[in-house]
Amino acid sequence: MTDLTKLKISEARDLLAKGELSARELTEAHITAVEGFDALNAYIVQTPEKALEMADAADAKIKAGEQKGMTGIPVGIKDLFCTKGVETTACSHILNGFKPEYESTVTQNLWDDGAVMLGKLNMDEFAMGSSNETSYYGPVKNPWRKGDVDTVPGGSSGGSVASVAGFAAMGATASDTGGSIRQPASFTGTFGIKPTYGRCSRYGMVAFASSLDQAGTITRSVRDGAIMLESISGFDPKDSTSIDMAVPNFEAALTGDIRGMKVGIPQEYHLAGMPGEIEALWHKGIEWMKEAGAEVVDINLPHTKYALPTYYIVAPAEASSNLARYDGVRYGLRETPENGGLIDMYEATRAAGFGDEVKRRIMIGTYVLSAGYYDAYYLKAQKVRQLISDDFARAFEQCDVILTPTAPSAAFAFGEKTDDPLAMYLNDVFTVPASLAGLPGSSVPAGLDADGLPLGLQVLGKPWDEETVLKVSEVIEKAAAITAAPNEWWR
Amino acid sequence: MSEIDKATVAKIARLSRIKIEEDKLEPLAGELNNILGWVEQLGEVNTDTIEPMASPVNAKLRWRDDVINDGDKQESVLKNAAKAEFGFFAVPKVIE
Repeated sequence: MTDLTKLKISEARDLLAKGELSARELTEAHITAVEGFDALNAYIVQTPEKALEMADAADAKIKAGEQKGMTGIPVGIKDLFCTKGVETTACSHILNGFKPEYESTVTQNLWDDGAVMLGKLNMDEFAMGSSNETSYYGPVKNPWRKGDVDTVPGGSSGGSVASVAGFAAMGATASDTGGSIRQPASFTGTFGIKPTYGRCSRYGMVAFASSLDQAGTITRSVRDGAIMLESISGFDPKDSTSIDMAVPNFEAALTGDIRGMKVGIPQEYHLAGMPGEIEALWHKGIEWMKEAGAEVVDINLPHTKYALPTYYIVAPAEASSNLARYDGVRYGLRETPENGGLIDMYEATRAAGFGDEVKRRIMIGTYVLSAGYYDAYYLKAQKVRQLISDDFARAFEQCDVILTPTAPSAAFAFGEKTDDPLAMYLNDVFTVPASLAGLPGSSVPAGLDADGLPLGLQVLGKPWDEETVLKVSEVIEKAAAITAAPNEWWR
Repeated sequence: MSEIDKATVAKIARLSRIKIEEDKLEPLAGELNNILGWVEQLGEVNTDTIEPMASPVNAKLRWRDDVINDGDKQESVLKNAAKAEFGFFAVPKVIE
């Protein structure tokens, strides 16, 4: 039999349905792949025994005629999602040893459908980063190398994309606050989709910036993304921002027919100094749209340049409030200075538990929310956020979907941007605006750069129109017809 | 807007309940000023008539019946505590 880890979710599903493959075989192959994947540091916790138990349960389900899209499919879980009894730290030292007493809704939805958990995946600490270099457990390596040089997988969902790109998971959960699904997907040649804010429950998802955080998926094809996204989506009374709306059959949206569709090209996304290859790839994408019968229209999103500064007020402000809960009392790390009181314990615990980037963001957030600065920074940013959201609403009067590059560069080398927070923040220049507006968006592998590194195109949709995002993504995937894969140097 | 100095960093650190060593205050002031200097450009945008946006979801918060629907989980709640005694979270002495 061929290498089972190379199968797509859709292919495995069909083989499982026909009885030509068992969930146990599929899971065993993946456990071996995960064990051989240490060099990339993508998994921080492996759960092989649990995986086999879940696989056997999945096989029983299939036999009983209760197979669903994700039944028997081995997946990795970003460490941001609480998994009952399995260590969950959001890759922060401050959550050292935390074993949740409950399960996140997103993962519970997967398990209810019979999916199989391989382990917990590395990420930037509290999802704050764009290269997976802020994790307490160390950086993740991108399966794709620039010659002999290691590259970052992007972030914050670095472990998710590395495991999927490197055939150590068929799919992975991820989360997006300002681009943490789409940017790493672009860096690793995987398909990442972040649905509309409110589509997936945030219950049991470690909070970073609550008005922005949204779960999503990483897979090796658009079809797989549709299957997995459908599984994790849905209303949840346990999250007050979850929306009570029926989840469509996402896979059925993949008709390949985009004739007459209007694809918007935002003129403000032509950045000065952007590599020619990215600009060229975008043009290629536009040509593919035309060839498929869509109509391409120029649109304007005039407040685009203010999205990043807006984000870097709003997100740290929410983070400073959310991360106030880490006090050394209820869970995780506690540092008790000798002869110290309660406040000393708080301060020592938080000093030892948070990394530099997290501290920086908590402090920025505390400052912009503090007396005397609240109006000038926080309220101002919330107003500009409204203008950015209005830009999109106006643009969607002229088009059905928006096409842009996902990131302003391909994967870069380790340490290249760690000394300059602002340079790192610029990675998310194309992804942050849609996050602020709560829109669904994907990154589809669309080409390779001169060094052979993957590049993605971003597809943005109207609120609740993941179906169009998926449909257009699949048309790009087909047109790009990428056959290149990482050379598996870790084997 | 005002420049952040060492004393301001110390104040923010205190508000954030993060202990910052004396020799780290100055470099942190530099980093925070860089970021805040960059976000200053929002001042160019006219927002006089704009309402602040708190969430992308416009839905009203849902109501539910005021009934107990969860609880009685003392053991679970305390399970991950650094220190728990007599069914409570234990912390260093607060009252002298």
